[in-house]
Amino acid sequence: MASETAAIVVRPSRPAPWRDPRLRGIALQVVFVAVIAAIIGFLAYNTTVNLRRQNIATGFGFLDREAAFGIGESLIAYSPADTYARAFLVGLANTLYVSAIGIVLATILGTVMGLARLSRNWLVAKLAAIYVETFRNIPLALQLLFWWALLREVAPGPRQAWQPLPGVFVSNRGILLPVPHQDPAYLWMAVAFAIAFGIAYAVFRWARRRQAETGRQFPAGWVGLALALGLPLIVFVAHGMPLEMEWPVLRGFNFAGGTAFSPEFGALLIGLVVYTGTFIAEIVRAGILAVSWGQSEAAMALGLRPGQRMRLVVLPQALRVIIPPMTSEYLSLTKNSSLAVIIGYPDLVSIANTTMNQTGQAVEGIAMIMAVYLVISLLISLFMNLYNRSVALVER
Amino acid sequence: MTEIAHELPLPMQRPPATSTGILGWLRANLFNSVFNTVLSLIAVYFLAVTIPPLIRWAFIDAVWDAANGQACRGPGGQEVGACWAFIGEKLRFILFGRFPYTEQWRPLLVVVLFIALVLASCDRRMWGRRLLLLWPAGLVLIGILMWGGVFGLRYVGTEYWSGLPLTLILAIIGMVYAFPFAILLALGRRSQLPAVRMVSVAYIELVRGVPLITVLFMASVMLPLFLPAGVTIDKLLRAQVAFILFAAAYLSEVIRGGLQAIPKGQIEAADALGLGYWRRTRLIVLPQALTMVIPPLVNNFIGAFKNTSLVLIIGLFDLLNTANAALTDPNWQGFAAEAYIFTAAIYFCFCFFMSRYSQMLERTFDRGHRR
Repeated sequence: MASETAAIVVRPSRPAPWRDPRLRGIALQVVFVAVIAAIIGFLAYNTTVNLRRQNIATGFGFLDREAAFGIGESLIAYSPADTYARAFLVGLANTLYVSAIGIVLATILGTVMGLARLSRNWLVAKLAAIYVETFRNIPLALQLLFWWALLREVAPGPRQAWQPLPGVFVSNRGILLPVPHQDPAYLWMAVAFAIAFGIAYAVFRWARRRQAETGRQFPAGWVGLALALGLPLIVFVAHGMPLEMEWPVLRGFNFAGGTAFSPEFGALLIGLVVYTGTFIAEIVRAGILAVSWGQSEAAMALGLRPGQRMRLVVLPQALRVIIPPMTSEYLSLTKNSSLAVIIGYPDLVSIANTTMNQTGQAVEGIAMIMAVYLVISLLISLFMNLYNRSVALVER
Repeated sequence: MTEIAHELPLPMQRPPATSTGILGWLRANLFNSVFNTVLSLIAVYFLAVTIPPLIRWAFIDAVWDAANGQACRGPGGQEVGACWAFIGEKLRFILFGRFPYTEQWRPLLVVVLFIALVLASCDRRMWGRRLLLLWPAGLVLIGILMWGGVFGLRYVGTEYWSGLPLTLILAIIGMVYAFPFAILLALGRRSQLPAVRMVSVAYIELVRGVPLITVLFMASVMLPLFLPAGVTIDKLLRAQVAFILFAAAYLSEVIRGGLQAIPKGQIEAADALGLGYWRRTRLIVLPQALTMVIPPLVNNFIGAFKNTSLVLIIGLFDLLNTANAALTDPNWQGFAAEAYIFTAAIYFCFCFFMSRYSQMLERTFDRGHRR
């Protein structure tokens, strides 16, 4: 009897190999990887055969050849005699340029509209709600085409240009803004601003530490503001106040002077900002609503003023909710900037498209676009994750 | 003391005029502080500047009936008001595009069918087996109506499919097929098997990292290269495949959110009952996870619906592109604003309805969690 039980206890039952979950998992993965590899191999084989049959070269050698197509607007010097690589660079610069400005403007517009929708002012809240509901529910491609048509077809010629603000002209040639004349004073003002920013940061740290140690407050915010405005102003006055602006003026059939945005750039920027702004507005609104009213009441009970309540209690908690979805909005704005191809703004995708049509090397072109967008996505995610970590809840 | 007691039943007084009625409402909602007063004045000024010209353009000066573009304009060839006659003239082209003119009742019926199917799916009483029967039947009927070739209907190739039906086909069929693929991807991403997990993560992140345009380009330019010589797929199917592959990556992340929200106890309980992986997933995990994420799924659907407008880049005639094509008529030049506003109104109706529906669902599902 006893020996029998012992025999059962000593030898735990081992499942048959086809019932062992570990072995089954390994077998399943081997089959899975083999199937995926077979599919990829099949596609790659077909591609090489097709490319050879159509006499299309492979590899990135085409990048050194002459592009031989013009690009409407570019931030870096470019001529059709330059290489494809340079054309790609122009497109990349344009994509980054419009995305960067778009992100900044969309954040401002979205935050203002999100706060406006929470306003106790009925009219303002309703206007913001109408803005959000309207532009969120219309495809971006349609909005881009609409703004483009508005700027190109409905806007008058340069001679009858609209003038929404003095010195700002909107015509079918684009949007013109006055710019200040080049002057060394502006460079020094920027330097002064940077220095003021550094000092303000140091003052802020010091005031914080002193308050933590002694409880005495220091108006660090006002001092910082005074520094940031004051130092550049002193430099400005010291340089004799160079206030001359370069105004756009009508010469013949077009404008000269000032800085110009093409209708394509204008339409793309307006479309991206207005469209993404609606999503950011909703994120900001949801973030602030997510902070429970008890927090505000507690802050009031502690005697904090409304500004302090917002800055010290509500906003830090709201930011935690706001930052992650905001990151994906920034990413989608950057990716949406590729819709530029619809209205002919020479962004990365549009230039890659032209290149693919000329050389036939679609695989390389698509690979380059994908690589660029993946890198941009990863960089924005990385940056926002770092920022998110600084505002995230520190748990014990 | 007595005097006070004597006066105590005070006569009822009306509240001050400034705190009731319109005046009171204005005070409470628009002018309750200096800052709000300034905001209100700015808002009123903004409305006063923008609304009257818009109304004059869209209604008062608008031309509702005209033979051609010239007749729509004022004496100097300048457009005075909106030319809605242009929309009237092009209505059928914008909605149904290049579909044979005499057969356009078929796409009209398809649109009605699609709307009916979606409305039926929105009704919570219908959720369940009935929908699983309704959808295949509806889709077969839609296929017959679009293609024709049977029951005496004329055959119409996909190259003639355009306008609103095409947009609906891309969006709805796209989501229907993307959904099971997305579930597999989401399960794969949470799988215990490293190879499966890595492939799923790589696919999801790769697709989510690139713009939809790239995927569409890939489908139109690279897909022919991927296939053996002699095999061709028509343009619509290529776009549809690209659309499904793209939407699945985004959908799978939504579904993963639902999977992550399921308490571990549920899975352990299923294991204790002796359910295997697939039965556990089908009977315990997915029903709970999917119900939880229905509102974000609807939002995702809105995004996919708007994204269909990108197929104009690869030359398909969806609703936006038929509106574009209508603008090229030499008899009707320069009415882009009217065409785009009309198209935008159609998109808006669909998206607004869906977003309201998702908000309603959110409130319904939220009820259990509220005290």
